[in-house]
Amino acid sequence: MKKQILAALVVFFLVGAAAYGAFFVAPTERTMGPIQRIFYLHVSSAWTGLTGFFICFIANLLYVFRRQPQWDWLSVSAAEVGLVFTTVVLISGPIWAHPVWGIWWTWDARLTSTFILWLLYACFLLLRTLVEEPDRRALFSALFGIFAFVDVPLVFGSIRWWRTQHPQPVVMGGSGSGLDPTMWKVLFFSWFAMLALMALLIRARYLMEAARGELEIVRREAEAV
Amino acid sequence: MSLLSSTGVLLGKELRTEFRSRELLTTTVVFILMVIVLFSFTFDPTYTESRRFGPGLLWLAFLFAASLMLQPCFLREQNNDTLSALRLSVADPFAIFLAKLAANTLFLLFTELLMLPVFAVLYNVPVLPVLGQLILVFFLGSLGVSIAGTALSAISAQAHMRELLLPLLLLPLLTPVLVASTQVTVGLLDATPFMEWKGIGFLVVFDVVFLTALWLFGEYLLEE
Repeated sequence: MKKQILAALVVFFLVGAAAYGAFFVAPTERTMGPIQRIFYLHVSSAWTGLTGFFICFIANLLYVFRRQPQWDWLSVSAAEVGLVFTTVVLISGPIWAHPVWGIWWTWDARLTSTFILWLLYACFLLLRTLVEEPDRRALFSALFGIFAFVDVPLVFGSIRWWRTQHPQPVVMGGSGSGLDPTMWKVLFFSWFAMLALMALLIRARYLMEAARGELEIVRREAEAV
Repeated sequence: MSLLSSTGVLLGKELRTEFRSRELLTTTVVFILMVIVLFSFTFDPTYTESRRFGPGLLWLAFLFAASLMLQPCFLREQNNDTLSALRLSVADPFAIFLAKLAANTLFLLFTELLMLPVFAVLYNVPVLPVLGQLILVFFLGSLGVSIAGTALSAISAQAHMRELLLPLLLLPLLTPVLVASTQVTVGLLDATPFMEWKGIGFLVVFDVVFLTALWLFGEYLLEE
């Protein structure tokens, strides 16, 4: 218990420091002004959300091949936490876009594919509520998770090719794009803080799911007696 | 028996089952017809608008119809308790999926082609000059829909609220198919028709990727 409180305190400090960095250390962007500071929350949450879905995918694969319930618990924890971070992305995006682009939403490749990604994992969690038998639920959701993850690059490709009036991506974009070195540092630190927060949340959620799984096993045994 | 010959036998069985009742085909045809007519009320399709919006709503109608049509694919086996027998009858469970998805592709393609002249007349778009290319897009699109749909209908058949679940799982997964097939169809129905080969290539990639995924993981979908 003590360890958990300590870990939570460390994460709290890291996220606080990241916020401090975003507000006071990073330079103000020339054209967008202070509103651009939401970038550090927005982009680091996006990367963290994707990391969560990637962990979920690995856990799905391991469950299908090994059939140990731990991987199922990990997959649902990672998917839920990834979904929360992606929700942050989808909410912070329009808050940023409205003053800068003059609109809340545009059907651009990144926005649309993030939205589809969010829908896919929301359906992943929904599927879990609709299959009762635990082994079957674990297997089916793992398989759907694999299909969904395989689908993500295809969704992105199709939308990027045909449905976009795309502004050059700032990070890893073509020539003419790029960030001030201090901005890079703050961004990476924010990502690190978000990853720490993700790890903390996944661990807490995993323990909850494990307790639930064990309870289910005991209950089944009790019913069999 | 080799994979192909057992797939052939199972495909024959799927087609026979359907042609005895013709339930799926008739309901799907009527459903697509209804959607096409209802869509025309939401906007007044003039000549240019039909060319711009027509392909999108045609593909939406196909996707909605498919998400309903694919429901009974595994549910039928479950209700008749024939899934175990089916699994015992073939060495490779992939044959079951191949047969079912081939049957579903044929059913979808058949209904789509039946609805194409109706769409052309109601929305006033000429389809005859590009019929061959349209059939190619319809085939590749329907194949993608059937591959993903057959896999997911094996999942949804064993869940609660399965009628709602299948469209929920299927539609977001099929976004790439919807986007690519719509783009190709828009090009073909343009005032100066052109073939968007990039879209065709994309559909082929989608089909191959999902067929491989189904080949690798399909057997787990049929576990008891």
